[in-house]
Amino acid sequence: MEEVDVEPTTTYSHDSNHVKVQSILLYNPLSLCVSSGGSAGGCPFVHEVRKDEDIYSPILRKLFNESHHIFVGLQRIREDLPSKNKKPQFVSISKNYRSVIRACMEELQQVAGIPSLSTLKGFISMMSHLSLWCKQNFNIFCTLFVVCDPLAGSLVLHLLDWVRLHKADVDEKAREVLASESPAEHQAYWDVVISYVLQGRMDEARQVLVKQAALQPAARVMFKLLDNLLMKMPIFNPGETQTLTEFDVKWRHWREEVDHCLQDQSFASNRHLEDICKILVGDEDVLLEYKELLSTWYHFLVTRLLFSHPTVKPTELHYYAQSSMHMFLDTRSVPEPLDSILLAAFEFDIHQVIKDCSIALNNWWFVGHLTDLLDHCKLLQSHNLHFGSNLREFLLLEYASGLFTHHSLWQLAVDYFDHCPEFGRVYLELQIERVPLDTERKALKVIRICEQRQMTEQVRSICKIMAKKALRNNRLGSALSWSIRAKDAAFATLISERFLQDYCAKGTFSDLDLIDNLGPAMLLSDRLTFLGKYREFHRLYGEKRFSDAAKLLLSLMTAKIAPHSFWMTLLTDALPLLEQKEVIFSADQTHELMFCLEELTSGKSVPTPDRPMQVLGYTPPYPLSNVCFPFNLLIHCFIICSNLYSCLARG
Amino acid sequence: MMEGINAKYVSQKISKTRWRPVSSSSLQQPDIFATGSWDNEDNKISIWSIGENGISGLDNEFEGDPQLVCEHKHNGDVLDLQFLDQDRIVTASSTGAVIIFRHHHNSQTLSVSQLWERAHHYPCDNAPCTGIVCNSPEIVTVGEDGRIILFRADQEGVLRTIENADSSTIHDVTFLRTTEILTVNSIGQLKIWDFRQQGNEPSQILSLTGDRVPLHCVDRHPNQQHIVATGGQDGMLCIWDVRQGNMPFSLMEAHSAEMWEVHFHPSNPDHLFSCSEDGSLLHWETSSNSDTPSFLQGGRNTSIVSRSAIAPAGGNQSLISSWLTGDSSKGRLETTHMLPSQTLSVNSLDVLGQCLVCGTDGEAIYVNRRVPI
Repeated sequence: MEEVDVEPTTTYSHDSNHVKVQSILLYNPLSLCVSSGGSAGGCPFVHEVRKDEDIYSPILRKLFNESHHIFVGLQRIREDLPSKNKKPQFVSISKNYRSVIRACMEELQQVAGIPSLSTLKGFISMMSHLSLWCKQNFNIFCTLFVVCDPLAGSLVLHLLDWVRLHKADVDEKAREVLASESPAEHQAYWDVVISYVLQGRMDEARQVLVKQAALQPAARVMFKLLDNLLMKMPIFNPGETQTLTEFDVKWRHWREEVDHCLQDQSFASNRHLEDICKILVGDEDVLLEYKELLSTWYHFLVTRLLFSHPTVKPTELHYYAQSSMHMFLDTRSVPEPLDSILLAAFEFDIHQVIKDCSIALNNWWFVGHLTDLLDHCKLLQSHNLHFGSNLREFLLLEYASGLFTHHSLWQLAVDYFDHCPEFGRVYLELQIERVPLDTERKALKVIRICEQRQMTEQVRSICKIMAKKALRNNRLGSALSWSIRAKDAAFATLISERFLQDYCAKGTFSDLDLIDNLGPAMLLSDRLTFLGKYREFHRLYGEKRFSDAAKLLLSLMTAKIAPHSFWMTLLTDALPLLEQKEVIFSADQTHELMFCLEELTSGKSVPTPDRPMQVLGYTPPYPLSNVCFPFNLLIHCFIICSNLYSCLARG
Repeated sequence: MMEGINAKYVSQKISKTRWRPVSSSSLQQPDIFATGSWDNEDNKISIWSIGENGISGLDNEFEGDPQLVCEHKHNGDVLDLQFLDQDRIVTASSTGAVIIFRHHHNSQTLSVSQLWERAHHYPCDNAPCTGIVCNSPEIVTVGEDGRIILFRADQEGVLRTIENADSSTIHDVTFLRTTEILTVNSIGQLKIWDFRQQGNEPSQILSLTGDRVPLHCVDRHPNQQHIVATGGQDGMLCIWDVRQGNMPFSLMEAHSAEMWEVHFHPSNPDHLFSCSEDGSLLHWETSSNSDTPSFLQGGRNTSIVSRSAIAPAGGNQSLISSWLTGDSSKGRLETTHMLPSQTLSVNSLDVLGQCLVCGTDGEAIYVNRRVPI
C-alpha cells in the first residue's frame, strides 16, 4: 500500500526570542540549523534548533539508562528457548519497562509543580502528559499483542486493569469521602460509588454503599437487594475450570435478575440506585449521562463491554471501539491523535500503532523499545523497508543516533547499534569517530569499544589523534604508548626521530626512563629499535664494556638498523673506541667499518652535522667542525687504517 | 549472596566513589560517601547518605537507598577524589586543577575551600590531573603532564614539584611510607619516589618484562608497606613486592578490559576488590593456612588463572583456583562477581568495613552493606 506523505507538524520553538529565519542550512532528523539575518546589517547568526530536547533532562536520563539495561537483558534471552518459556519473560520485561516509565512520570509530575521552573512548565507538563500516556499504554499494547489469547475470554479483564490505571484518582476521592464526618452526605459520595461500579469494582462499591444504607434504615430492603446483585455479579476467572459457555449462561441469568428488578421498579424511590441498576444491564443512555465520570471514550468502551459483552473476543474489539468513540464524542469534537493510536491498537494493526506513535510522540524511545519487544515476540512481519533494514532496526537506529548526539549518553547507543544486525555497525563506525576526546580516560574507553568490535581503522585513527596531541605537548612517552596500542609503526618511527633529533641537538637523551625500558615495544619499528640499541651502546660505553659496545655499534650499521643519515654519527662514535690503547675492533670488524665508510661516501647520504661528544667523554684532537667534509673522512680512514695495521701487527 | 544490591540511577556517569572515613575507634559502619561525575557538560561532586536506620522516602525505596545530601558544581571531569579528613574532599579535575571542597555539616552544603587552578598543565594546553593521594595535611597529585606535585592543605603555594617525572601519563599514586610514594604510568612502569631526596629521579623503577601494558591503578597493602597491587589495560591483577626487584610476585587474569581500580580491604587485607571497563566488580578472597595470603606465597612463578571474565547475566560465579606452587601449604583463591548482571563500565569502587559502593557508566550507584569479609 502506498504511504502518503503528510504535512509535517508545526513545532514551535521554546525560545521566546523569535528569529526571522532566512534559510535552512542543514537538516538531520535530530536538529536543524537555520540562519537568520543580523540586525540592521550586523553579522548573520546560525542557530541550532534541537528537536530532541528531552535528552537533556536528568529525569529522562534515568529512563534512558534503566531502559537500556532492560533492553540489553531482553536481547540476551536465548533464541533457542521454547516460546512458552519465553513468554513469561517477555511479560516481565514489559512490566519492567512500565515500572521504569512510571518512575519517570512520577518525577516529572513532581517537577512540574516546582515554581522556579515555570518557564519550562509548558514543556515539562507536555512531557509529563506524554509519559503518563506512555505508562498507561505500553502495557496495554503488550497485553493486546503479546498476552491475549484470542480464544480465552479474559480480554475484558485486561481492559479493566488498564482502565483502572487511567482512573486512579477514584481511590483518592473515596478516601476523602470515607474520611469525612458524614460520608453518605459528602457531595462526591455518589460519584465515588458510581465510579467504582463503572470500573467493575463491585466490592469497593458495596463497601461505600453500606454507609448510605446505614443512614436510611427504612430503605434497608432496597439496599440489601442492590448489594446482593452487586455481590452476585459473575466475573470470568480464566484460572478456574469454568468454561466460557458456562460463564455466559451464568452471566445471562444474573442479567435477567437485574432486569427483573428494574421492571419491578424496586429502586424507583432512589434515583441513584436505579441508575446503578441500569448501568448493570448496560443501558448506554445512562452510561452516557455519566460522561464526566467516565471522562474518556475508552473507559466508556470498557464499561460497555463489561456490562453488555463480557466475553468479547479480541477480533470483535475494534467494532465496539469505533462505535463507542462515536457515541461518546460530540459530533464537533475531533479525536486526538493519541485516540487514533488506541483505535489502531484495538484493531491489532501493529504497524499503524507504531507509525502513529512515531509521529505523535516526540522521541523515538517509546516506539523503538515497543517495536523491539514485539519483534522478539515474533509479532512483526518483517516486511522490508525500501532501504533494506526492517522496521525494528530502523527505529532503533533512529533512537540510538539521537542518543549519540548527547555528550554523555553516547555509550548507551553503542549497545543499541550492536543489536541492529544490518546497519548497526556502519552507523557505529561513523559516529564513534566524532566523540570528542578531552581526556585520555575517555579516549581509552572509546578505543576499547572499537577494539571489542574489531574496528581497527577507528582504533588507529583515535590513537593517532592522541599520539599527535601528546607529541605536540612533548610527552614522548605517552605518544609512544599510543603508537604501541595502535601498532602504528609509522608513528613510532616519528617519535624515534624526535628523540634522535633531541639527542643531536642537546647531546643527551631525554626521557631515559622510557628509552631504557622499551622492552619488546622496541620491535614495533626499525627506528625505534635503533633508538633502543643506540642507547644501549651508550650505556655499554659508560660501563666501559668496550668490546660489547663496539660489536653493537658495528651491528647497527651492518644489520642496516641505523638510518644512513646517522652513520656519520656512528662512525664518529667509533673514533674513541679506535683510539683506545688496546685494540677493540678486530681485523674483520675494522674491515667492516671501512666498508661502511666507503658505502657512506659513495652514497648520496648527507652526513649529520657535528654534535658535542661530551657524552662519550672524548675530545677530538682536532676541531672536527672546522674540517670540511672530504678531509674529515680522510682522517677517519687514516685512523681506521692505523687500527687495522696495529691489529695485523699483533697477528 | 549479593542480595540487596540495587542500582540507584543518578543521571550522571560516576567516575569516582569514596566512603567518608569513620574514626577507627568507633565500630560504626560508614554511612556517607562522595561521588564525582564525568563526561557531563556540568559535572558535580555529590555527597550521599545511606543512613543507619534507612531514610524514609518513597514507599518503593528499600532501606539504605542512597539519598543525596548535597552537591556542588565541578569544573571538568572528576578524575580522582579522596577524603582529606571528615570535612574535606580533594578532587582532581580534567582541567588540571586540584580542588579542596569543604562539607559543612550544619548547613549540609559543599563549598570550594581551596583551588590550585592549573596545577597540572602543558605549556599551552590543559593537562588533566589523574590521581591524588592524601596523608593529611599533605596531598600528592599526578597528571597527564608527567608531574608529581606535593601540596599542603591550607597552604596556598605548592610545596614541591617534580618536573618531568615521567615522559608518559602517570595514572595513579599511593604512599608507601610517609616520605615515599609509588606511581604507575602508561608505559607499564612502577616508580618509587623518595621525598627526602632532592632531584627529579625516582629511587627505583619496576616493570614487567614483556609488553609494556599501561597501568591504571595501584594500592598498597594496609599492613605490609612493601606489597602493592596494580591493575592495567589488559585487566591483569599484579601483586608486587617492591623490595624484590623487577618481577611481580603474582600475575592473575582478572578482567577482559581495563582495570580501573584495585583496593585492599583496609581492615581485612586478605580481601581485594577490583573493578573494570568490562562491567564487572570482583571480590578476591584468599584463605590459607599460613599467615601470609596465598598470592604472596607465589614465589617467582607466575600463576595465571584461566577463567572467563564475563559474568553470566543474572548470577554470580564463584571460582576457585589453586596456586601452582611447590609449596605444600596451598592457599586458596576465591573470586566472586559482586554485581548482579552485566553493566556498563564500573569506574570506581570503595570498601570500608562491610560496605561497598561503586559507580558505573550506566549512571548508577550500587551499595552493598553486607560484604562477606
